[in-house]
Amino acid sequence: MDFSTFLWTTFAAFLTLATYSFLYKDNPFYKIAEHIVTGVAAGYFAILLWHNGLVPKLWFQRLDDGDWWTLWLNSSKPWYLIPALLGVLMWTRFSKNYQWISRWPMALYIGISAGIAVPLEMSNRVNKQLYDTMADLDWANFLGQGRFFFLDTASGLSQLLIVIGVVAALIYFFFSKAHTGVFGATAKLGIWTLMIGFGASFGFTVMARISLFINRMQFLGGWGAEAFNASGTTPNENYTAWFQLFFWLMVLLVVGYATREIIIHVRGKAKSS
Amino acid sequence: MDIFEKLMRLDRRWVFLFLIVVCVLTYAFDFEIPVLVEPEVEAIFDFVDTLPAGSVVMIPIDYDPGSLAELHPMTYAIVEQCWRKEIKLIFSALSQNSPGMADQAIRDISDSLKVEKEYNGVVYPPREIVNGVDYCFLGYKPYPAIIILSMGQNFRLPFPLDYYGTPLDSLPMMRNIQNYDDVACVIDISGTNSTDYWISYGQGRYGFPLAIGVTGVSTAQYYPFYGSGQIFGIMGGMLGAAQYEQLADNPGLAKDGMRVQWSAHMVIILFIILGNVGYFVSRYRARREERR
Amino acid sequence: MKRQIPVILVGMFGLFMIFQYFVPHESSEWVYEFLLDWTIIIGIFAMALGLWSLYRVSVEKIKTRKPAWGYNYLTLCGLFTMMFFGFTTQNGEAWGWFFPFLVSANLVLVLMIQASVNKGGRGLFLGLAGVFLVACVVIIVFDNTWGFHFETAQGLQSTMFRAFFDHILIPIFATMFSLLAFFIASAAYRAFRARNVMATLLLLAALIVMLRFHPFYGPLTPYIAPFMSKTSNWLMNVPNLAAQRAIIIGVGLGIVATALKVILGIERGYMGKG
Repeated sequence: MDFSTFLWTTFAAFLTLATYSFLYKDNPFYKIAEHIVTGVAAGYFAILLWHNGLVPKLWFQRLDDGDWWTLWLNSSKPWYLIPALLGVLMWTRFSKNYQWISRWPMALYIGISAGIAVPLEMSNRVNKQLYDTMADLDWANFLGQGRFFFLDTASGLSQLLIVIGVVAALIYFFFSKAHTGVFGATAKLGIWTLMIGFGASFGFTVMARISLFINRMQFLGGWGAEAFNASGTTPNENYTAWFQLFFWLMVLLVVGYATREIIIHVRGKAKSS
Repeated sequence: MDIFEKLMRLDRRWVFLFLIVVCVLTYAFDFEIPVLVEPEVEAIFDFVDTLPAGSVVMIPIDYDPGSLAELHPMTYAIVEQCWRKEIKLIFSALSQNSPGMADQAIRDISDSLKVEKEYNGVVYPPREIVNGVDYCFLGYKPYPAIIILSMGQNFRLPFPLDYYGTPLDSLPMMRNIQNYDDVACVIDISGTNSTDYWISYGQGRYGFPLAIGVTGVSTAQYYPFYGSGQIFGIMGGMLGAAQYEQLADNPGLAKDGMRVQWSAHMVIILFIILGNVGYFVSRYRARREERR
Repeated sequence: MKRQIPVILVGMFGLFMIFQYFVPHESSEWVYEFLLDWTIIIGIFAMALGLWSLYRVSVEKIKTRKPAWGYNYLTLCGLFTMMFFGFTTQNGEAWGWFFPFLVSANLVLVLMIQASVNKGGRGLFLGLAGVFLVACVVIIVFDNTWGFHFETAQGLQSTMFRAFFDHILIPIFATMFSLLAFFIASAAYRAFRARNVMATLLLLAALIVMLRFHPFYGPLTPYIAPFMSKTSNWLMNVPNLAAQRAIIIGVGLGIVATALKVILGIERGYMGKG
């Protein structure tokens, strides 16, 4: 790791710890990290929209005719002016009097999105799922195979359970009829199935959240190994004056803030007693 | 106040501290947890592994830094496997901060391909990864659904230029590639709802083989699509990534994190048990009070 | 005019898109590609709205002296700095006077904002801004080690642009999301109780999914570990699949119904008031 990367990583480690300080309570270090990242992310997005959005879509023709001052007007696609104008009209949202103009480009966008959604969502979320539920049961392999045959997902029994589960859960979602009698019992089976589904989701969610923390720990561990030279015996080349300055400045800031907090805490206790 | 009441009223910061201590301790001790591979992940590995050199795989990278822990290891494992096997890749990034993630992954993996390495007993020589020859990074455009549909017509429709500003036609690998018909499969690695769009609007309309790598939070909800064959594989969260690393014989951050994952799960299970014991004891006491 | 035209537009384009799906004729494909292209361009402008409102909100907070308003300068400086990095590139090895330029340019923008929100002392702020502006211009004119590039995407590969993304944006966002690990641990302690059959089923399913790692069961490991893995896989592929499938079908029908309502002009919530 060269020096500049190491300095950057040290800064990243500081920001990581600053963000974690929120676990104790909201404090200036967390606020700094939070506000910096909002700005940087917005700046990043602005650049992305410019270089990946506006330039290729609207100034692309420049590459053919070598004249980008006139934009797309003398290019082979002059009609690009229309969506660009519509896009600019979106900005009337900020005006109280002309806000209604922004509805036109929005209408175009919403119409197109709704139009593509109808056939595709119907076929892919509803029809294809129903086809698969209604597939023939595998009678030849009804009880499953292998060491744990009852846990064979391809067995006819498992397929039958899926059919029952789907129907019961769909019945639970059907609120136009009171959930009583056989209907109510099926709905109850449905909600039990749903609960197993939610439980599985919850188990996965725990895994997901923990892994986010693990990643940060791996990052801090890697940085620590580099900074404190835990892996080798040679003196770390990265301990230059700049790093020392940066590091101790950060330490000073943290210690200063902690001292202030302790003093306030102690004073508060003295007052209350 | 007896011990149960004290436990029930514990400040949550003690819970945080306990979790941190356990995780750091497990991280400090280096031991390995064997990973059992599930068929959903194996399907993806086998598909990629049997592709001939020179085929093209599309890898949409649709995740932000928030889910990097789970999804970066997947990207690293799959991309490295593809490039070692001389498979060409098309990257796209349809989430706000994902182009930076893709950019970082491409840089890192290109670096790690510069050394000779052995995977599953096969030695691969070092390679130089060249933009436009080994991969094409399309970049970002807003509104995933529309972009996915228009890429099905032609990649040039939404992306006349790639991320670095080069026209697609001037990239050697893109000359004969028009749309999804020229791609062997799409492996969407996503931490946003763009997975839904890839299933409904991409696979649903254009019918290419699709596999997904998703965060743990949304893994469970994509199993019906796996059951119906709309997607041919699922990698879920860090465990999915670890399974892929195991299959590809390329241990990385996901496999390294499994031991901490295991201990943290034990802590959480312990918390659930403690919470429930406290709950049942207090319920039993309340009922006894009522009877009196 | 204010409400009718949008409804007609939505209906027209929506119906065309449905029609196009079922009639993929060459000419309908042509219009289809055209419309997709247009939507992308409109989308780019629409996304930029968000940036503008972030800027406005930050300035507004400074203006009204909301609690912790000072931090909003950090947001604005982060925004400007990142934009400068995205539009500038090194010509050679050295950065020359780029960083003094960056600081002055940020100061110009911040001082201008301060001048616009402050009631008194406007002249001072504007004067200072002018001084730094001159410094910026001088640096731009005389320093050739770096340059502005608006029309090519070189800025995306600039060292500082990448460094800010890799070492500021990634760590903070990743850490912010990882805070959830602690809150879920605390929730596990407080909220997940086996109150009734449903809650017990939920807890059992979660426990099975969490236990499927290859943990240490002592001498029984070779028997239990594959069983746990197989059980969790069955749980995901059978009962979970059934539950999620019911949800997916329900959501799918919901999406289709809403889309139809929008196209037919029954649902007009997207227009807002006025």
